Amino acid sequence: MTQGGEFVTLASATVRSERHGPPGSPQDKRSRPVNRNAGTWFLVLPALIPILILSVGPLLYGIALAFTDAQSGRTRSTQWVGGLNFQDLLHDTLFWDSFRIGLVWAFGVTVPQFVLALGLALLLNQKLRMRWLARALAIIPWAMPEVVVGLMWRLVYNPDAGVLNETIRDLGLGDGRDWLTGLATALPAVIVVGIWAGMPQTTVALLAGLQNTPHELHEAAALDGAGAWRRFRTVTWPVLRPVALSITALNFIWNFNSFALVYVLTNGGPGGRTRLPMLFAYEEAFHYGQFGYAAAMGCVMVTVISVILAVYLAGRLRGGEDR
Amino acid sequence: MSLRTSRTARAGQYAALLGYLVFLAFPFLWLISTAFKPARELGSLHPTWIPENPTLDNFRKAFDEQPLLQAAANSLIAALCAAFIAVLVATPTAYVMARRRSRLSTAATGWVVISQAFPLVLLIIPLFLILKNLHLINTLWGLIMVYTVWALPFALWMLVGYVRAVPAELEEAASVDGAGRLRTLVSVTAPLLAPGIVATALFAFITAWNELFFALVLLKTPEKQTLPVVLTHFIGAEGAADLGPLAAAAFLATLPSLVVFAIIQRRITGGMLAGAVKS
Repeated sequence: MTQGGEFVTLASATVRSERHGPPGSPQDKRSRPVNRNAGTWFLVLPALIPILILSVGPLLYGIALAFTDAQSGRTRSTQWVGGLNFQDLLHDTLFWDSFRIGLVWAFGVTVPQFVLALGLALLLNQKLRMRWLARALAIIPWAMPEVVVGLMWRLVYNPDAGVLNETIRDLGLGDGRDWLTGLATALPAVIVVGIWAGMPQTTVALLAGLQNTPHELHEAAALDGAGAWRRFRTVTWPVLRPVALSITALNFIWNFNSFALVYVLTNGGPGGRTRLPMLFAYEEAFHYGQFGYAAAMGCVMVTVISVILAVYLAGRLRGGEDR
Repeated sequence: MSLRTSRTARAGQYAALLGYLVFLAFPFLWLISTAFKPARELGSLHPTWIPENPTLDNFRKAFDEQPLLQAAANSLIAALCAAFIAVLVATPTAYVMARRRSRLSTAATGWVVISQAFPLVLLIIPLFLILKNLHLINTLWGLIMVYTVWALPFALWMLVGYVRAVPAELEEAASVDGAGRLRTLVSVTAPLLAPGIVATALFAFITAWNELFFALVLLKTPEKQTLPVVLTHFIGAEGAADLGPLAAAAFLATLPSLVVFAIIQRRITGGMLAGAVKS
């Protein structure tokens, strides 16, 4: 009951303080008594403390572990080894293979997915008859557990009883193949699943962006004789750009760090051809117990991804200013 | 539509839409079809879209082969607790963050974005060690703790968006009209915020219901494992799988999230966008 009381007090205190000026204005700050701040902290802490203890803390702990020889199930104490794990990683060709596969996978999913999702979003923004069906269907991959998406596509890719090979046989294009275990086909096959699984989020985000495009501008441009492509480039794209920028950046990170989908589809096989960095680090940590080494992998992954993203965002943002 | 679109362009649009429909729908339809096929049809080299002799055998076998009910119960408990605690803790915080912009809310929003960039191994190894010291490995409580914290940043983000969507002027007006503080909150703010809170809770629920990685690492014994972990057992050791039961179990595991998602889909996208656009 006390807590509820505090909450109410604070809520109305906030309401009153809003009257003095817009939030964040100097006036607002000056008019805010100290005791209200204390109340704010009281309300914020229940959410903040768990985040700090179980999210920020472990993250720092994880980074620290990368500089130790921590192993699971070992009795003697863990020692600092400095940059030794990173030196080892530098020469670990298997890790760099997996890193390269991770990049191919992340690009291979993010780029086509963006193009396809943009196409679908543009279509759904039109008044077409089957629009509701497409919208409804687009929910399915989103709601499905990644494990189920993986299992489902295993059924599709199944060499004998799968729909893909059967379609190929029906069309007279040959016997089809064992997609997920073929050395050449495994990575493309899982990339297709990745594209499918992430379509909805991307489409919905782009659709929301499209709905911010002023319709009058479109009409004016059309009256001026601008074709569909020019209308897209001059009217739609400038509005859509910030959404597109953040969604592709986020998708790239998510894809690079993804685990469950490929774990279920191929578990990294055949011969490590689809072993994403996360799968590699998971095996290293929880099959071989090399906690320190796996943590070092995590650190390398974060660092490289951050650099790539920084370059991407900087380049794209500058591109925006040139316009 | 006021813009005139030529007939060929229209036809092209419908063809493209049809292509998307097929791409989006066919794996799911195949899953359903496989789930109802008897073993004989699954072994045939020429599988059909519609099972010739539909059967429920696969569902029975799925329940025989793996502890699906226990796993579903575990998933349900973990996801419900995580969603409930996360929303309970996040709502007051989100209210404060939304009503007064501060460095704290900027930092929290920043954390949501940054936390997405970290590979989960960096988080799970320390969490594994911490939970081991607390003797919470292989318990649902350990998993619930992890899920709650994992859901918190996003819950905060969505809720801040929902609170901002409730105009502060409404609350002011109520208090000017003589409503007490409690009454303002209960009769003005809460009803407007309730759908957003429900959507956030359901989103946290689905995220936990679908999660594999943490559960895979933290839960060891079959009777403790959640549904996604148990589903992976349907893939045999050599990757060879009994397709029918696999399809049946996968189909059943999807239904709850599909239903929940169909209900809240609009709210989720709205909430995520509100959080994204206004922060």
